[in-house]
Amino acid sequence: MSTSLRLRAGLVSIVLLAAFLGIWHLATRTTGATAAMSPEYAKLMGLTATQGKSAMPGPLDVGAKLWEHLRRPFYDNGPNDKGLGIQLAYSIARVGTGYLLAVLVAIPLGFLIGMSPLLSKALDPFIQVLKPISPLAWMPLALYTIKDSSISAIFVIFICSIWPMLLNTVFGVATVRKEWINVARTLEVGTLRRAFTVILPAAAPTILTGMRISIGIAWLVIVAAEMLVGGTGIGYFVWNEWNNLSITNVIIAILLIGIVGMLLDQILARFTRMVTFPE
Amino acid sequence: MTDKFVSIEGIAKRYPGAGGAMTTIFENLWLSMARGEFCCVIGHSGCGKTTVLNILAGLDAPSEGAVIVDGQAISGTSLDRAVIFQSHALLPWRTVLGNVGYAVSSKWRSWDRARVKAHAQTFIDLVGLTGSEHKRPSELSGGMKQRVGIARALSITPKMMLMDEPFSALDALTRGTLQDEVRRICLETGQTAFMITHDVDEAIYLADKIFLMTNGPGAVLAEVVENPLPRDRGRTDLHRHPLYYALRNHIIDFLVTRSKTFAAETPDHDPRNVPVVQIGKPGLTIAASDEQRQTRIPGTNPGLTA
Repeated sequence: MSTSLRLRAGLVSIVLLAAFLGIWHLATRTTGATAAMSPEYAKLMGLTATQGKSAMPGPLDVGAKLWEHLRRPFYDNGPNDKGLGIQLAYSIARVGTGYLLAVLVAIPLGFLIGMSPLLSKALDPFIQVLKPISPLAWMPLALYTIKDSSISAIFVIFICSIWPMLLNTVFGVATVRKEWINVARTLEVGTLRRAFTVILPAAAPTILTGMRISIGIAWLVIVAAEMLVGGTGIGYFVWNEWNNLSITNVIIAILLIGIVGMLLDQILARFTRMVTFPE
Repeated sequence: MTDKFVSIEGIAKRYPGAGGAMTTIFENLWLSMARGEFCCVIGHSGCGKTTVLNILAGLDAPSEGAVIVDGQAISGTSLDRAVIFQSHALLPWRTVLGNVGYAVSSKWRSWDRARVKAHAQTFIDLVGLTGSEHKRPSELSGGMKQRVGIARALSITPKMMLMDEPFSALDALTRGTLQDEVRRICLETGQTAFMITHDVDEAIYLADKIFLMTNGPGAVLAEVVENPLPRDRGRTDLHRHPLYYALRNHIIDFLVTRSKTFAAETPDHDPRNVPVVQIGKPGLTIAASDEQRQTRIPGTNPGLTA
């Protein structure tokens, strides 16, 4: 029954995609009115004005361009013309660095806060104030203090991905079932061993959920951050192509941002499944 | 009571209640257990049974008084006192072998993997779980989970076992089987056991001594009832023993009425010298038969032929 459900769902997905592409194609195919103009003037104008072609690219244009990109993902023709693979690699590297730094800080800190009611109460007001700040609001401060736009972007990723992980780790550690702690206590297990053999496995699913939320936020934020700092990255690519008025490239970038975001989420989802235990 | 293997000396437990006043769960509680004795505590919810057990385990500290086990005042938990939890408290991310092995490697830290595994396996076999070593707790039935809990407690070869209503979450059939197992193991290994229960028949079947507690707050240990049934009693013919109903009625009467009225009726109750009730012994109103004296001799079973 479930395979047939999956099959039917897949069919519906394909039909929806085909319908979307079809409507897109039809909507962008129409040729509008062309104004009469002198050939010299026409050279200055785009295809929209001279041939009445829609300014919005159709799926075939996007497909052709995407194929072009996929064939040469890593070319480098100078600062404003790099392959999409290079741009994505820059973005992923920034997200990865900022995110890993956040993991290194958030999980040990969350452990300490979760295990100590005193720290938990003392740090709560700071966390409550810092958490809702838009990560991009840190950007000017980061640029001023760090004086390096690339590192500033990493800092912004760090600061935005730390909160969900920190809060989930605190929650996971603080809500480990009392009886499991008692088992460790009656077995005279030391604090450190208890932290690694009881609290960490018990809190791991909650911690991983926090990490999964964080990677999603980090990937959302990197696009905006790179639009601001410029230079490299998929966010910069989107903004650069907007300045080039290449809507085709913008659409391709949007598609790739979505796919990479999905892959990052799936990787964390797999890790979460690995540490989840049935009760 | 000459041999005091466990001696609870004047412990109290108080919690800060509403309006700054302290709520006393129980106070001035004295009781003792001999080595190898199986003791059950019976009382209504809220009388502090679990608190007493937690204090014995070292998971909780008394507000006053001390607990002495094997000649030493306890402070905190110890591998000498194993706890079997009501909710089995297995670590769900570990297998059966992993759960028992965790306890084994906690006690003998220098042991290598193979030795820990072999030792754990012995106790898994003992509770009849051979073949399920690599299952996780979620794949086991309630009774099997509790068997793992028992194996884990026994695997560290403790000086005494503490059980907090270990079978209350199980169905009657499984409970019966596990009671048999626990009784067999405790007799074989000479364990000292302290068990909390709500089940009068369970107490009669398992215990050498039954502690009756009055209702809380302000609960006291009202009586220590010595079990007159022979030590090698069997589950199936338990109720044929001439003293069985006298004992059972005594406990049930206590639970139904006297647990509420005890404090008012017995103003001169001395918590340091709790009366020991010997069902069927001379001088007691609850005497039931004239075979009394013999029934206290371990190993003989005269009542069953009657």
